[in-house]
Amino acid sequence: MDKLIAGVNVDVNEEGYMNDASQWTKEVAEGIAAEEGVELTDKHFELIEFIRNKVANGETLTIRGIGKSGVVNAKEFYAMFPGAPLKKATKISGVPKPTSCI
Amino acid sequence: MEKELKEQVAVKEVKEPLKKLLLICSKANLEDVYAALVMGNGAVMEGIETKIFFTFFGLDAITKKTMNKLHTATTGNPGMRMPGGLPFPTMLGGLPGVEAGVSAMMRKQMDALDIPPVDEFLELITAGGGEIYACKLAMDMFKLTKEDLHDEVNDVITVGQLYEMCDGPGVQIVFT
Repeated sequence: MDKLIAGVNVDVNEEGYMNDASQWTKEVAEGIAAEEGVELTDKHFELIEFIRNKVANGETLTIRGIGKSGVVNAKEFYAMFPGAPLKKATKISGVPKPTSCI
Repeated sequence: MEKELKEQVAVKEVKEPLKKLLLICSKANLEDVYAALVMGNGAVMEGIETKIFFTFFGLDAITKKTMNKLHTATTGNPGMRMPGGLPFPTMLGGLPGVEAGVSAMMRKQMDALDIPPVDEFLELITAGGGEIYACKLAMDMFKLTKEDLHDEVNDVITVGQLYEMCDGPGVQIVFT
């Protein structure tokens, strides 16, 4: 379904994850982040880029992996996306909901 | 009156998310410890307030000396298989070194799946705000002190203190 985010129609699923990663822009990310109660900083965007690259390469995302990304450690990751970090970060990054258990 | 009743029923049907989770781990088997760690970490990832309580042999999982050398039982374990899926003869499981070898192999496979070793797993859980506790009674029984435990252990507590932490609605206690 289409949802109006930051003035653009974005194709999202019923949970709000983007179906088409190519529709992602910084403005869309900020729109989703606002809904999730997250204010994006440069550090967030650095991490988003890491996440988008990982997913584009077909790699599995885990909190452990993000903690070893060199961008942030696990603790900082939790602080940047309070609550459910992996779910929020992927949603804002415009990639599918992660299927990993760890 | 009837309308009011219906409204009450409707309220009850609203799904209440799990808010707090307490996991109790009383065994030192690799699989039992990892069940507690994976479920605990998964709960932290979902933003659920999580506490893991280690007692009895489960203390091995938070004791510095033993935590990264946990074994899986190669005897008396009907789920054991040879690589390739053939049944694992119980007699073989009792031979010296077999259990250590099998356990090392399992740890290696877990690492390939990005499942961290126990100490790193505890750090991951506490990084997300999860809490780790040790059972005082079991500590006394095994003559362990707080110094023997990994730094990520929040405290050594009694059962009473444990239940005090589990107050409020939306709490689940899971024994692994």
